[in-house]
Formats: sequence, structure tokens, C-alpha cells
Amino acid sequence: MKRFAQLIKTLDSTNKTTVKVDALTQYFLEAGDTDKVWTIAILSHRRPPRPVNTTLLREWASELANIPLWLFEESYHIVGDLAETIALVVPSLKSSTEKTLTQFLEEMIALKKKSDHDKKQYLFENWKELDYYERFVFTKLITGGFRIGVSQKLMTRALSKATEIDEDILAYKLMGNWDPNTISFQQLVLEEHKSDYLSKPYPFYLAYALEEVPESLGDVNEWSMEHKWDGIRSQVILRNDEIFVWSRGEELVTDKYPEFEQFISFIPNGTVIDGEILPYPKGQIGTFNDLQKRIGRKSVSKSLLTKVPVILKAYDLLEWQGTDIRQKPFSERRQLLEALFETVATTTLSHQKSKTTEQSESGGTQRNRSDLPLQLSETMQFDSWQEVAKERELSREKHSEGLMLKKLDSPYLVGRKKGDWWKWKVDPLTIDAVLTYAMRGHGRRSNLFTDYTFALWDENENGERELVTFAKAYSGLTDAEFRTLDAWIKKNTLERFGPVRSVTPHHVFEIAFEGIALSNRHKSGVATRFPRMLRWRQDKNIHEANSLGDLKALIPNSAKAE
Amino acid sequence: MKSPLLEFTDKGIYCEKADVFLDPWKPVKKAIITHGHADHSRWGNKEYITHHRNIPIISHRLGDIKTTGFEWGETFIINNVKFSLHPAGHIIGASQVRVEHKGEVWVFTGDYKTEDDGISNPYEPVKCHTFITECTFGLPAFKWLPQKEVLADINDWWLENKKEGKTSILFGYSLGKAQRLLKYLDTDIGTIYTHGAIENMTEVLRPLVSFPPTKLVTKETTKKELLGNIVLAPPSAHGSSWIRKMVPYVTASASGWMTFRGARRRRAIDKGFVLSDHCDWQGLLSSIEATGAEKVICTHGYSDIFSRYLREQGYDARTEATQYEGEQGEMETSKSVSES
Repeated sequence: MKRFAQLIKTLDSTNKTTVKVDALTQYFLEAGDTDKVWTIAILSHRRPPRPVNTTLLREWASELANIPLWLFEESYHIVGDLAETIALVVPSLKSSTEKTLTQFLEEMIALKKKSDHDKKQYLFENWKELDYYERFVFTKLITGGFRIGVSQKLMTRALSKATEIDEDILAYKLMGNWDPNTISFQQLVLEEHKSDYLSKPYPFYLAYALEEVPESLGDVNEWSMEHKWDGIRSQVILRNDEIFVWSRGEELVTDKYPEFEQFISFIPNGTVIDGEILPYPKGQIGTFNDLQKRIGRKSVSKSLLTKVPVILKAYDLLEWQGTDIRQKPFSERRQLLEALFETVATTTLSHQKSKTTEQSESGGTQRNRSDLPLQLSETMQFDSWQEVAKERELSREKHSEGLMLKKLDSPYLVGRKKGDWWKWKVDPLTIDAVLTYAMRGHGRRSNLFTDYTFALWDENENGERELVTFAKAYSGLTDAEFRTLDAWIKKNTLERFGPVRSVTPHHVFEIAFEGIALSNRHKSGVATRFPRMLRWRQDKNIHEANSLGDLKALIPNSAKAE
Repeated sequence: MKSPLLEFTDKGIYCEKADVFLDPWKPVKKAIITHGHADHSRWGNKEYITHHRNIPIISHRLGDIKTTGFEWGETFIINNVKFSLHPAGHIIGASQVRVEHKGEVWVFTGDYKTEDDGISNPYEPVKCHTFITECTFGLPAFKWLPQKEVLADINDWWLENKKEGKTSILFGYSLGKAQRLLKYLDTDIGTIYTHGAIENMTEVLRPLVSFPPTKLVTKETTKKELLGNIVLAPPSAHGSSWIRKMVPYVTASASGWMTFRGARRRRAIDKGFVLSDHCDWQGLLSSIEATGAEKVICTHGYSDIFSRYLREQGYDARTEATQYEGEQGEMETSKSVSES
């Protein structure tokens, strides 16, 4: 644990990627094997379930610190991180631990099943006996993720340096479902196991936003365009008569989308499709807001399945007939994908024959394959970039976020890479809104008011103009702007509600967002997608801000249907 | 109803009976000044009454001003109101102000800390009925380690950077923190270089306290001669072209705010040392207790939270808004150097 705490401290105390990679590499060379596995698990968000809920953690920490609970809560609002707050307020002893990271994690796993009394005793003992930084790390292991600016990619790079195994191969090995409790470092990292790869997805290839004019990409004939659909990027894997659905966050989400189960009957084994899960209510593509109803639910009710069905919009084929084809050019992979769609539409697969035959014999109806929740994301080619730009203008109408530009000869790369794939989104929608509430940020910004609520003008029943909250945003300003606003907010607070302050309506901001839909969960009746501050309109006074009516006018007619 | 001995007005803390202000934020006739930081000693007052040791500081900062100096504990009477200055331990020449009228005693702390830093006269609790206290770090999350330990860490850090062939850049307020750091830097490790703002302020203070020698960083100073040595700079120099010329370097900041991981990361500083010239949580509580005061008025800092806690502990505590910047002051990076 001492070694792990030291690693976290080093990672946390530098902003330099090279220093982080070196520290991690050194750790992977020095630490014990089980500790290494746990470290990989923790840094790839595979921590064990939380053994103690945060309500109890807060109560017990304030008890040990001998301060009232409200004072603990206030401190937490200001510090911005629960584990850090606990580590700071409980009494400090200058001792240290000899136990390993693995021992601590095993204890924490066992702790989950124990009584509150035992849990409290365990926490008190450790809080008292660990030094400040170990106490912070210990509590962090209990509360959740380490946000210390170490991406999985960065960790993989360090692991690759330490083990001399290729980075891409490691990225592949570390994906999927593995249990740090049972797997050894040998099995996870060093050994090659064919059977382990059954559920394993390929690392996603991600595109950067196009910042230059599209003409900078050269000959338009070398490029394939398709719409950029706004859903959940996923990989659907069919191997050994099983289906696995992975989201881009490397989460296995098969159970959340039962409608894909039937693919097993139509798509041959040894197939991996890269695509987008899209909401498809009433036979057309819905908004992200619709999809939100499905995200986060492990089991889906029948009524929800009917209300918000989903489809898979297929972009690419990564594995075909059991072979990794990511190195083939995009155009060839697409040909195979399109051929697969042809097959699905016309032939019945051999291993599935018996089932269908039984059905027909018992008088059941033949399943109509056009009902399969599977569509091809249509690719397009244009004669000029101007035509591409025209197509991009149609994006909102077609329910897409813009265009994807893919080079016809591009292989399927790992991670976010520049060059072969670009996303060319439509310009965001914007509206001028008034800053009405502010809250302190988290982590890096915990002592600044950086999380804001914005309002638009509306008329109440008495015909008076009033400001109605419509969105929250916390990104888009420079550090200097945040500091200026922070100072202003502290001097212009009207009321305090816990961590939130209402401020004098004074500042106008241009708020940009990607999508918009009617919503009954929002006070304004409108939900916006990914709102952020585009610029601080210091040239405008609050009466020049937009109205809720202006905002509603931006909703496309198709989204108003609901 | 009888008006209180000290009132909070739009110009500052006011004693009507003596017609004098304490650390006013708008120009007044007669001002009693606790210490030389810009938010406590502002420009434009007709007369500045302060401790002797603070006179060179405010004269340096504010130029040609009329000053009157007193010793610790020396009583001066204005319109039958008895005033005296008592060490606050915040920076060199920092005082608390004791105000007495007809047996009623108020104390205004200005900024203060309880630990003896070896260069400011150490804080002395003063018995009073009403105590006006800052509470910049009035949260239980703030706990200072003894300065000896922190300064040893700072010297270790410098030595380590030297071994790696890098220049150490240490940020601290040009008045107060910089001299506290300077006093204890280990000159066996290397040479101490200074930014102009710190060099000038230190020159002003050299007659009062003995400090190790320093070298001013000038246009002629080369990267090479800085390697392995340490540069003391005000926080505002962070990220400036002045610093960028010193590569390879490692940066650190010494401040109470370095308690928070977020504060250091937000400013992209390599290392944070928790060292403050204000009281920590326990320091505030023990000082308040030592004054024997029943009434406590909390000014700048986490005043709402702190006064609520005091009320729960049985004090008659409340908050008053001031324009002192204990909270933001030390955090601010874009502030001009001369203001520090």
C-alpha cells in the first residue's frame, strides 16, 4: 500500500505525461504481481463494489473528527472530494502501514458483508493508523474512482514499457470482463489465451473533430462520408453462438439491449460490427433524450421496450469469419459489411435452420427479417467538398450530429488518431442566457465557482417577464475568465443554498448545445444536449438575453411530435 | 441605544468615539493599520498609525505618507479611547489592535497566526470582550504542520532538484511569505535568487531581521548560473515569460491553500507546501478561547461556517462583511506584483 500511495502521490503531483508514464512504469517493474493486477483494475475503473455507503462514511468521519455533521458537509463542499475531506479532517498520526494493496482490497471486499459496527471499527482503525496520504488513498479505494489524470491509454503505455508487450495487444487484453480477485498478472498480462478472447471487443477507433476546411483533406474521391449518429457507439460481437454488446466506455451492455439477442439467428459466428445504438421510437430515429431512458437501466421493462426500442446502425466490420480484418482498407471492410447485410436479408443460416423449420412446422410464422433492429449506416461519395458541405447542412433534418469523413483506404486504428477519420459536426445551436446560480467546481476547480445555471426570459401568468432556468454548464471559459467570475460571484451572492449561490442576474453568456428536445423533466420544458458556454457576452445586458420562446423555436418539428 | 465601540461601515471598521478607522478600504483621515498587505493598508489615508516595524513597509508600498509609530503594548489615547498594538505573528510588523473605552475592550486581529515563525513577533492573546477575528482558514480541513518540518521538506525538495540539474522556483507572497522562506532556506545547497518584487521588499526589511544573502535575477542572469539554485518569486510570476526562460525548472508554492490537491493542480504547480501566515482551524479556536471573549465577529474567510460553529460552541458569534481578501488574496495569480 505504501508503494501504491507513493505512486498515486506522484501521479497526482505532476501535470506532465512523461513523468506519469515513468512513475507507472517504475511501479509495474517494482510492485508485487497481485498489487499490479489491482492497480490495473483500479486505473481501468474495475474497483470492487463500495463496501460502505457514503452516508455512513460521512457520519463516521465527522464523529472521529469530533465535528458536527453539517460542518463536515460544508467542508466537503469546499474541498470537493469526499476521500480528501475525510483524510483532512480526521486526526492525524504519523504512522504508516506495511500491508499490501491486495490485502487492503481483500479486506474491503470482505467488509461489504460485515455489520455496520464492524465496518465502523475497521474504518476507525485504518483512519487512525495511516498517514495522511495513505489515509486519502485508502478512503479513495472505498469511495470510488481515482481521477488523477491517468487514462487507460497512459496506463497501458506504461505497462507496455514495463513488460515489453505491444501496446495494442495489451489494450486488447485489458478490455472486457476480468476479475482482479481471481486473475493473476501472468494470466491477465503475460499469457496468451485464445479462449479468453471470446467476449473481447477491439479498442474503438475514434475520430478528432475537423478544425481545418475540408478541402485540406485533399481529393474528395478518396473519402467516404456518412452521417454521424447520436447514440451510443458500440461493438456487437457474435462468437460461439453468443452475443456481446460493448459500449465505447468498455462496458458490457448486452443485457440492456435485449432486442439484439435475435442477431444470433441471422449473423454468423466470428463477426464483430462497429455501430451506433440509436433510439427508434415510432419507426424513426429519436433524440438522445429518448435514449437516456434506456441508459443506466440494467433490466428493461416491456413497456419501455415498446416505447423506446433501439436499433443498431452499423458503421464498420472489424472481424469477419473469425478473422481480425481491421488492417484491411475501410472500403473493403464496408464491402464485406454490405455483403453481410445482403446475406442476412436473403439466406437462413445453417446452424439456425432447425429452429426455423420447427417453427414453420408447428404453424409459427416465418420471422420477417426487415424487422431486425439492424440498419446499415449509409455511406456516400461526392464529387466536390461543396456537395459534402451541403449534405452536412441536412444533418439536423436527418437526426444526425453532422458527418463522418473516412478515408477509403484507412485501416481501423486504436484510440483517437488524427488523419484518416474526421468528425465534421454541424455548428451547435446557440442562445444568449443569463447566469443565475453558481456552484463550486469539483477536483481541480474545487475552490472556484465554475458550475453555473442559466436562465431565459419568459412571461408568467401575470404577464411579467421572469427568468426561467433552462440549463447548467461548466465548460467553455478560460481559467482567467473563471477566476474573474469567481471573484464577482463571491461579491454578488444573493442567497446561499448549501453549496449553491444565487447571484444577481447581470452576466449574459452565449450557450451552445448539440441537440434540443421537449422534456417534462425540465422546469423550462426543454432539454438541451451538452450545453456549454461558447462566450461571455460582456457586450450584452440581461434584457438582451433570449427568451424561452426563442429556445423552443429551435426545436425541430420532428422532435415536437411527442 | 448606545452605538458599539467599533462599527462596520462602508469605509471600514470605525470607532466613532475616536473618529478613527481600522484598516479602512476607502481613504479616511485617521487610520490605524494592522499590517502592510495591500488589502489592509490602502492608499489615500491622511494619517497612518501603526507599529514602528510596519512603517518602512507601508512607506515603501505607498510612498510619501504621514505615519505615526508605536511599540507593542504602548497605549495611545484618542478622544478618551485607549488604543494599543499587540503582536499578531502574521508578518513582520503585524499587529492586533486593542480598543478600550469605559472598561469595554475590543480586539481586532487583522491577519494572524499562532505559530512563532522566528521573524514576526509571535502572536500574543489579548483579553477582551469582543474579538474581531479573520477566519481565512476557518475549516476543520486546515491543519498546519510545525514550520520546521515544512521548511525541512522544502530544503529537501531543493536539494533533490539540484541533483537532477534543475532550477527550483518557489512561489510565495513578496511581503511576508517570501521572507519567511528566505530566512530558512539552506544556503549550503546553493544560491538564493529573487524576483525584483521580493528583492525590493527584502531590502526594506533587512535592517529589521537578518536574512541570508540573495541575488536579483536580471536580464544578464543566465539559465546556466541558475541551475541547481533556487528562485523566490511572487505567485503572479507563475507562467510568465520571466519564468519560462529558466528551463529546466521545477515549481512549488508555499501556501495554506496547498492543503487542497485541487488548488495546486489548478495552478499547474509541480509541488505544494502547506505553509500559511494565517491560523489553522485549531489555531483560531484556541486563540478565541484564550481571549476570553464572549462576542466574536468573523470577518474574511469561511466566516459563515466558522461563526455558525462558534455559536454552537456557545459564543455570541456573527459575520461582518469586509473587503479583506484573506480568501482570494493568496489564491490570486493575476494580481499585480506591487499589490502583494
